[in-house]
Amino acid sequence: MLVMAVFTLYFLTPIWWLLVASTKSRGDLTSTSGLWFSDIRLGENLAGVWEYQGGILPQWLLNSLVYAGGGAFVATLLAGMCGYAIAKYRFPGREVLFNVVLGGVLVPATALALPLFLIFSTFDATNTFWSVFLPSVVSPFGVYLSRIFAAASVPDELLEAARLDGASEVRTYFTVSVRLMFPALVTIFLFQFVAIWNNFFLPLIMLRDSELFPVTLGLYNWNSVVNQLPELRLYVLVGALVSIVPLILVFLLLQRFWRGGLGTGSIK
Amino acid sequence: MRTMKRAVSVALLAPLTLAACSSGGGTGEGSGADEGGGAAAGACEPAGEAVTLTYTSWIPGIEDVVAVWNEQNPDIQVKVQTGPNGNGGTYQNFFNQLEAGSPPDLGQIEFDALPNFRVQDGLENLGACEDVMAAQDQFVDWTWSQVTLGDEGSVYAIPQDTGPMALFYREDLFTQNGIEVPTTWEEYATAAEQVRAAGGYITNFSVSDINQFAGFVWQAGGKWFENDGDQWTVSLDGEESTKVAGYWQDLVQRDLVSTLPPWTSEWDNAYNTGQSWTWVSAVWGANSIATGAPDTAGSWRVAPMPTWEGLDGAAGNWGGSTTAVFKGSENVYEAAKFALWLNTSEEALSLLNEAANLYPATTAGQQLPALKEGVEFYGGQDIYTVFTEAGENVPGDFVWGPTMTQVYNDVADGFSSAVSGEGTLTDALGTAQGSTVDALKAQAIPVAE
Repeated sequence: MLVMAVFTLYFLTPIWWLLVASTKSRGDLTSTSGLWFSDIRLGENLAGVWEYQGGILPQWLLNSLVYAGGGAFVATLLAGMCGYAIAKYRFPGREVLFNVVLGGVLVPATALALPLFLIFSTFDATNTFWSVFLPSVVSPFGVYLSRIFAAASVPDELLEAARLDGASEVRTYFTVSVRLMFPALVTIFLFQFVAIWNNFFLPLIMLRDSELFPVTLGLYNWNSVVNQLPELRLYVLVGALVSIVPLILVFLLLQRFWRGGLGTGSIK
Repeated sequence: MRTMKRAVSVALLAPLTLAACSSGGGTGEGSGADEGGGAAAGACEPAGEAVTLTYTSWIPGIEDVVAVWNEQNPDIQVKVQTGPNGNGGTYQNFFNQLEAGSPPDLGQIEFDALPNFRVQDGLENLGACEDVMAAQDQFVDWTWSQVTLGDEGSVYAIPQDTGPMALFYREDLFTQNGIEVPTTWEEYATAAEQVRAAGGYITNFSVSDINQFAGFVWQAGGKWFENDGDQWTVSLDGEESTKVAGYWQDLVQRDLVSTLPPWTSEWDNAYNTGQSWTWVSAVWGANSIATGAPDTAGSWRVAPMPTWEGLDGAAGNWGGSTTAVFKGSENVYEAAKFALWLNTSEEALSLLNEAANLYPATTAGQQLPALKEGVEFYGGQDIYTVFTEAGENVPGDFVWGPTMTQVYNDVADGFSSAVSGEGTLTDALGTAQGSTVDALKAQAIPVAE
């Protein structure tokens, strides 16, 4: 219990600091204590950052949502199907395929960014929406997880029953298996959502138009010119606070789907 | 387990092979573009048709400045691209793009990074472009030698902004305690003792941002690098550099200056609460103090930076950038034209100054109305006059090396150890000297031993 409390404090203090800092005026930011409020001006700060540079921050948030939401959805779809196929169908090269995918888990996304940039360059496709979106729909970890989960939670007998009833393989997958695999798919979606939301290096290398930036890159850019325009420091903080809200929402909304044993009793 | 191992090695190899293939392709394209670019540099002719240029810069609000140009020049449209500041990632992006054969036409490059791009053959020579050579007279002398890179007749970028240095000081505290405002470094050390006796620190010595120290060495007439066309000479531990390091080592050792990490709240706070009394900094520092130390409004003044004996009036420079045209641009003529407008026309310079506090590199630009007014935070003092004069007195022969990021990191590492009692600042320069020579050799850049 004590350990839990210590860790909770450890993880929440920076967020608390961020929340407090976002409510301050520029002057109070340096002159008052970082862990308690002075004049609360959160509303004004939010309005200021929202309109700064012609309202670029909402655009960045929207971009992040599209990259992370869309990317995670497609990635979940692909990884789910792939993992399911590896778990439930026997075909030559199955294990090799799985091992190669598994190897992909070990390659850090950062190491792939530069090769991806050079590949996209040859197609003249850097600095486009797709240059960030396409690499995001790949989730080797998702394939791994859905294989393990499909093997454990989708009974072969159930699939056979579906086949006997005349359902096609695709229909069986989407109507029967997906429901049984749902907790795993939600997990993959969440992991991928967070991974794309926090992926900073790929957009940094790929994107040049600020209209295409995700919020992480946009805030980093602001932060990098704080020496030149010190007033940006406050906007970076408020922007960071705003940018964690969608992540918290996604977690709160999706965690209720984490339920084990969906298939219990289905074959008895 | 065996299959696992094999799978891993395949997975690890795959991206490497892909990288090799595509960079091979990229280099091919790049060299093709080189030939074209080389021919264009010899002539620098207009395209004769409407063109669209891309320009990458991290100046906040640059879009609005470029919009003015686009309105006046329907045939030369400029598209702004952006990113983090140079060392924050944009330089690496430029190198990646050069490697892939698709750099933007124009890019913002700071003075200290220019040699790096030149050594990697990433810049177009604008010497033959219309009006470029003639523009030399408009710029503050030392800025021009920074962009010719030691080769008269060549121009590798157009200077944009500068950071001449001066002494920011707390006029109220100096008066209250009857301390004279120092004009030489010797007086500065004496004042440091008096300030310490009064309970403050005369300044904060930046151990992690080496640019300030470089500015001090620059002022003292030191040269960290030289390039005779064939070879680089490195002298981080040269005579002047050692003299400056020894001076600050003494102040640090006697606890007369603080060594807080710069650009942190802690550091702001030291200025805001009157713990630090002076700051020898660049013109853009005026804004840093005003926002970092709001409670001290009206108490600061600016004086010329303290000087060394025999070098009366000399000043250092800290920061500043240029607009360069990248190798492979198909529209060098138009790009040079835009770069000149951006950095010499009054409307562009006043917009840049308004949006991002850029301090122009042209003598006319430094006379902008906005730079001739008293500044309220500094008790109404016309502070920019001090900086204009400092800019005229920056030595013209300081040369940056091709591996400045590495130099800054190595010197900063050594300085950090020195202030925590391991070795001295001078030792740190000696170590960095060795590592810099090694770094140049590692990149196959010829170095004179």
